[in-house]
Amino acid sequence: MIQVHIQTERFDTGALLRPLHQLGGGAVASFTGIARSDHNEGRQVSAILLEHYPAMTQAALEDLATEAQARWSLLGGIIVHRVGRIIVGEEIVLTAAAAPHRAAALEACAFLIDRLKTDAPFWKKEIYSDGTAAWVKAKDSDTARADKWV
Amino acid sequence: MRLVYFASVREAMGRDGEDFDPPAHVNSIDDCLTFLAQQGAEYAAAFAQREKLRFALDQQMAKHDAPIGTATELAIFPPVTGG
Repeated sequence: MIQVHIQTERFDTGALLRPLHQLGGGAVASFTGIARSDHNEGRQVSAILLEHYPAMTQAALEDLATEAQARWSLLGGIIVHRVGRIIVGEEIVLTAAAAPHRAAALEACAFLIDRLKTDAPFWKKEIYSDGTAAWVKAKDSDTARADKWV
Repeated sequence: MRLVYFASVREAMGRDGEDFDPPAHVNSIDDCLTFLAQQGAEYAAAFAQREKLRFALDQQMAKHDAPIGTATELAIFPPVTGG
């Protein structure tokens, strides 16, 4: 069971995870990414604007989930990613993996979010409370984490 | 082929895409960028820092030196920052 959703609406992590509980395994691991209350050069972030490449995004995320399912023999996996305007404190992304035991679920969940950060065509722009905005720069540390899974 | 731009590249170009008919000597993504950079100031500026650009051919991530082959869509964008 692989599910990939790209949506503008908010989501409820608990409700999305519940079907993973019914797959017969003993472990469900999940990661929820939140729009962080942050400062950049003295400006307060009030929201994130998320752009993506609609023709590519769904397939890129399905490829990641399929790879995780094969590598860790998952019973199920979910990736949800929001696009559009996301207010600080709201959820941005969910990755989750269901497996017979915890090691596979935890590793697969980490794999999904680490590789999503470098392989999926999303771009974040920070909107500041003074009305200005700036694109978020990619971090070398994210590339290093994603490369661990090769 | 269709060129599509995202994020800071889209803003620098002032549009989200355009049609492009590559001349015969344009074989790779690098060749496309070199050719386009000679077609106007906005291309030259948007593609100036080539090491900060990423690419997809027909919706698959591709390296800068990848041959364009029979691809019908070349996407040009900054490193991704989702998640």
